[in-house]
Amino acid sequence: MRDVAIVGTAQRPSQIETNLTSVELILPVIHEALTKVGIERSEVGFWCHGSCDYMSGQPFSFVAAVDAIGAWPPIVESHVEADGALALYEAWVKIQTGECDVAVVFSNGKTTSGPIDRILTLQADPYTVAPLWPGFDAMSALQARVCLDAGVVTERAMAEVAARSLADAKNNAVAYAKGDHSVDELLARPYTVAPLRAHDCGLPVDGANAVVLAAGDAARRLAKRPAWIRGIDHRIDTQRLGARNLTESNSARVAAQHAGVGHDKVDVAELLAPYTHQELLLRSALGLDADKTRINPSGGALVANPAMAAGLARFAEAAEAIFAGGADRAVAHCTSGPCLQQNLVCVMEGE
Amino acid sequence: MAERCAVVGVGQTNHTSCRADVSIAGLVREAVDRALADARISIDDVDAIVIGKAPDMLEGIAMPELWLAEALAAHGKPVFRVHTAGSVGGSTAIVAAQHVMAGIHGTVLTIGFEKQSDGNAMWALSVPIPFGMPVHAGAGGYFSPIVRGYINRSGAPSHIGVMVAVKDRTNACKNPYAHLHEPDWTLEKAMETPMLWDPIRFIETCPSSDGAMALVLMNEERADRHSGPKAWIHGTSMRSEPTAFAGREQVSPRAGEMCAEDLWRKAGITNPAKQIDVVEMYVPFAWFEPMWLENLGFAERNQGWRMVEDGLTEMTGSLPVNPSGGVLSTNPIGASGMIRFGEACMQVMGKAGEHQIDGARKAVGHAYGGGSQFFAMWLVSSDKP
Amino acid sequence: MSEADGILRVRQPIGVQYRWSAGPNATSHLQGLIEGRLIGKRCPGCELVYFPPRNGVCPKCARILGADVEVGPRGTVTTFCIVNVPFLGQKVKIPYVAAQILLDGADISMQHLIQECEADEVRIGMRVEPVWKDRSEWGPTLESIAHFRPTGEPDVKLGAEAGAS
Repeated sequence: MRDVAIVGTAQRPSQIETNLTSVELILPVIHEALTKVGIERSEVGFWCHGSCDYMSGQPFSFVAAVDAIGAWPPIVESHVEADGALALYEAWVKIQTGECDVAVVFSNGKTTSGPIDRILTLQADPYTVAPLWPGFDAMSALQARVCLDAGVVTERAMAEVAARSLADAKNNAVAYAKGDHSVDELLARPYTVAPLRAHDCGLPVDGANAVVLAAGDAARRLAKRPAWIRGIDHRIDTQRLGARNLTESNSARVAAQHAGVGHDKVDVAELLAPYTHQELLLRSALGLDADKTRINPSGGALVANPAMAAGLARFAEAAEAIFAGGADRAVAHCTSGPCLQQNLVCVMEGE
Repeated sequence: MAERCAVVGVGQTNHTSCRADVSIAGLVREAVDRALADARISIDDVDAIVIGKAPDMLEGIAMPELWLAEALAAHGKPVFRVHTAGSVGGSTAIVAAQHVMAGIHGTVLTIGFEKQSDGNAMWALSVPIPFGMPVHAGAGGYFSPIVRGYINRSGAPSHIGVMVAVKDRTNACKNPYAHLHEPDWTLEKAMETPMLWDPIRFIETCPSSDGAMALVLMNEERADRHSGPKAWIHGTSMRSEPTAFAGREQVSPRAGEMCAEDLWRKAGITNPAKQIDVVEMYVPFAWFEPMWLENLGFAERNQGWRMVEDGLTEMTGSLPVNPSGGVLSTNPIGASGMIRFGEACMQVMGKAGEHQIDGARKAVGHAYGGGSQFFAMWLVSSDKP
Repeated sequence: MSEADGILRVRQPIGVQYRWSAGPNATSHLQGLIEGRLIGKRCPGCELVYFPPRNGVCPKCARILGADVEVGPRGTVTTFCIVNVPFLGQKVKIPYVAAQILLDGADISMQHLIQECEADEVRIGMRVEPVWKDRSEWGPTLESIAHFRPTGEPDVKLGAEAGAS
């Protein structure tokens, strides 16, 4: 396997809503990523994009994104109908084949332009579940209820996740929701979709981001302290909520094993947990000890959740922690589908 | 650096306008089960699944691969979704091959599908965008001005389009899986069919189909132990360019030329027209055959139509194009690219039945999408690279 | 709901509402249409003029388009097709011509309808001019123009790239 590292990242400062088109959102983060790393477009061997037509409200919505990356002369480019983290996986695979040494991965999501809860419901079984329009928050709440009843999580532990995330977000320029709140204060707030409260659910924002990958010597040339990808794996579980144990995430656990999370200490873990109880489940699935590992020092998806870009944002945050020297070994995670159905786990190290 | 990869199993559905007899899962499993049977493996032998399809608005399900995981026995396995517009079937196969070439998985199942009858394809392909100018011309309306440009600059006679159409529809009669089985076309009858988007006639237009295609790919070690025929991948290539920019060459896009140039270089091809035995290329409107013959380097600029007129692209010609009947006879959008890639494999595996080109050893699969801006190709051979 | 061969089929309409933004970089163009003017934008990199300014970005340079440039009103047909397919909700009688028109001063063609002549009279190189709808119907869309019609000027001879874009 070739040594591949993240050498640069760029994230658009989050705001709740933007009037920019997806192209206008993407263009500056691409420009920023290339500038930070110090390369021209012509030096990029592969571009890979993550986005979702249903998020955008338009079929073939990703086609316009090609305008944002300057595909002239023609480029090698691909797209996944998924979070940018999966696009990063495709780029990593491409680099492994030896076809290129430098890749740019980007993603975007105008989460506020459509009813995200309704849109994500369209992921469900089209014959027996989606026609009931359960709602994505409601399906997650179902899982939270199962976990509470099983004693696997407590409402207090969920509120602690939220309080910590909001406080940590004060240091994050690309987070929107931030501030100091006590656990009791949060627990006093009303349920929105019981047993979830507003702060238990990720904040939908419009966002875009980009990550630059490079192999071997190219990585050493482009970054002082590359974030080397030591392991990366993704797995999926059956979607049917009634067919799996909702108090755990099997696919997250298996992916973490294959990625080698448990081989050494983890300084920072950026987990895509759009619901507080899911962070608790993921800690378990990945074998992370919150006393030894800083979980979502960025604030995670609770403070800024640009759909289809929130996973790549975790990779960006984990890599930045390594660049800055604050972490020697980090984990980045992305999830997709109801109740932690599909999970991608990546282990990164600074040299 | 890259490992060798071979296709060891191919399976497709019986494509038609409306598969009312199966759910989407059933449609996909029909192709998958046939591919697994062809590869003589069970679904448990699959290490990873790479699945591709075109816009999810065509069926009304967001990211259907998530829901399909159960039907694909993928619990605990990696499932990956590619979406590159019309070229998706091709790019999906390429991404699947890369998983093997990178040494990550030994056996990869790849699937392309579309169940267009479940939704409203015409609507999904041309959802009106606010502030835009709808000319309500559809895909045909987009491509026919470009076809007019080709006819104008090449001086091609007007019957070339119907020659390709009659060829592909006649070929399709030898393909039991093809959507359209229309044995009675003649050039005269075809020339009488109405113009839909002048200069594109009714017969020169692809159908809207439900269908799926599946391939089983293996690394060299496993493929060597596999006793059946194999299609070794000699090269893959993808190129993209913007939809519209000032001065863009729309008739023979540079991205298509570069995609082919890259493939020929990787596969050691110096004279495509001579060295390639059969081509499955993405021709949704008949005139794209002469246009792509030029774009891919099989013919000189403005000369592609002569190859058609001389019968060179017939099954009996020196460069058979689309013996399967092509996209003109079957078009489930998310699958069509993979059908081209898979039919190319079938040719070099000797599995194309009645539409087999005898002695085919090197075959090319080609797919394109968007505004003729996304291109994906692969070259497969019965010999190892 | 329908049933055939014992298989039940149910049609479930799916409705999702979106808020669509044209983006700030298309604003001057759309505002122009509200006022009956044709405003394109020039790329600060390659200096080419885009009408309409797709996504507000130059696709070659990947740069936000810059200065507003008034183009047209006349233009040249670079290529076209004659639509003969009946469509749901079709407003124009078939056969009608959908054409790519290169407005004077623009470097990329735009799509619109040609009327007020027989479909078979339309040619590559034909000179055309816009016919605007009633002022009360002008809005932030190229639909403010009802169609284009021939001006009667002599045809322009386009080069080998005719029909290319």
